[in-house]
Amino acid sequence: MTDFTHQQSAHCESGVMSSLLTHHGLAMSEPMAFGLAAAASFALIPLVKISGLPLVAYRMPPRAIIRGVQKSTGVRMAFATFRDAERGMDALDAALAAGKIVGLQTSVFWLPYFPEGMRFHFNAHNIVVYGRERDEYLISDPVFETPVRCDRQSLMKARFAKGALAAKGLQYFPTHLPPSVDYEKAIPAAIKRNVRVMTGAPLPFVGVRGIRYMGKQLLKLERDAAKRERYLPLYLGHIVRMQEEIGTGGAGFRFIYAAFLREASRLLNDAHLKEAAVAMTEAGDHWRLFALRASKMCKGREAMDVALLDNLLNGCADREAQAWKMLAQYSR
Amino acid sequence: MSVDHSQVPQDNSHTYGGHRKLLYATDERGDYVAVTSSGWEAETLATDSALDLLAQQQEAAWQRAQRGETSPLEYYMVYRRMDIALLAQTSGLFRWRIRRHFRPAIYARLSEKILLRYAEALGIETRVLKTLVRQP
Repeated sequence: MTDFTHQQSAHCESGVMSSLLTHHGLAMSEPMAFGLAAAASFALIPLVKISGLPLVAYRMPPRAIIRGVQKSTGVRMAFATFRDAERGMDALDAALAAGKIVGLQTSVFWLPYFPEGMRFHFNAHNIVVYGRERDEYLISDPVFETPVRCDRQSLMKARFAKGALAAKGLQYFPTHLPPSVDYEKAIPAAIKRNVRVMTGAPLPFVGVRGIRYMGKQLLKLERDAAKRERYLPLYLGHIVRMQEEIGTGGAGFRFIYAAFLREASRLLNDAHLKEAAVAMTEAGDHWRLFALRASKMCKGREAMDVALLDNLLNGCADREAQAWKMLAQYSR
Repeated sequence: MSVDHSQVPQDNSHTYGGHRKLLYATDERGDYVAVTSSGWEAETLATDSALDLLAQQQEAAWQRAQRGETSPLEYYMVYRRMDIALLAQTSGLFRWRIRRHFRPAIYARLSEKILLRYAEALGIETRVLKTLVRQP
């Protein structure tokens, strides 16, 4: 079995990338992987539904972090998907036998080591497999504190679960690593890409404008007698889950991104980035304020006050606009 | 609330099942450090509202299946936290066929072949699918 050190992370995909690169000698923190991939985002897409509720995302779509890190660092990865589940498992065994540490995309629901309260049908989870003992695979799941194990049958089911974002058994590992990363170039370029997503999208529901759009949408739901009673609280709960529950490191990835900015400011010895990190942290704090009130209204612990939530969201948008403006000036 | 690392919420969320999640918070110098958390009230309330809904749906399907108003298939579907759309994608059967299989009389006559597709989709043996068990 290969020597592998498990590392807990806030988010699965940035965690797996950080682990894989660090294992192969290119030490990289999780926030750095997240930031270099320009993975911070905001989007509210009413047309795409997740169990009847609109897609709310605080980050770029699944696989964007893996792709983004490749782009920023010059790392090259091999990817494989499989039509046949048994062949997918054979390919995993072959890679492990060759001494590889393998990244996998899986469903959350079918992994038996997840506690009941975390098991939902989400197909874009990422884990690292670093060995096998008879019928059991040795797994480093980035969101868990310690390594876990999973039997072959369950792992196969998790890799080949169908539905939205189906993994089709996706497995990946690095094939080429540069000896080092040119941070002087990679960091400003990645920030510039992220600024564009957050402030330059021509769509009203993406980026900073999307945050304000969400507030307006809440006001509209409040006026709709058919949706006010049941749908609105469910929707609020859904937003908070997307922001806090699904491995975001707090405040919908804003704290991870702020951590990236802080680390970047140290690496490049840059005071602007340090200030931007503070501004991003303030945006994150405001998101947490929103989550606290919205979750209480969702559960009826507090009277529904959509005007207040709209106000808080505009406050998030203002703070984000400020942080991204600083970053735009920095990366220009 | 605060992002200060000494004030990261430790609200012992039951949804974590005893686990801790990792968050990023600032230390006294303003540097970010990784801190583990046993839960945060806001997240727990939101997760609970999703779990409550699943539990309600499960209970309703159980009652109706027991009264013979729906087939065990509907109960097992919600037991696996699925809806018709997801079961259709997973089993490869059309939604209208699944809805039809919710009628107990039709479900009772299903071929072994179709049952096997449900068995694979739901991870429940066909032998069990033919009966109604609370915890399959």
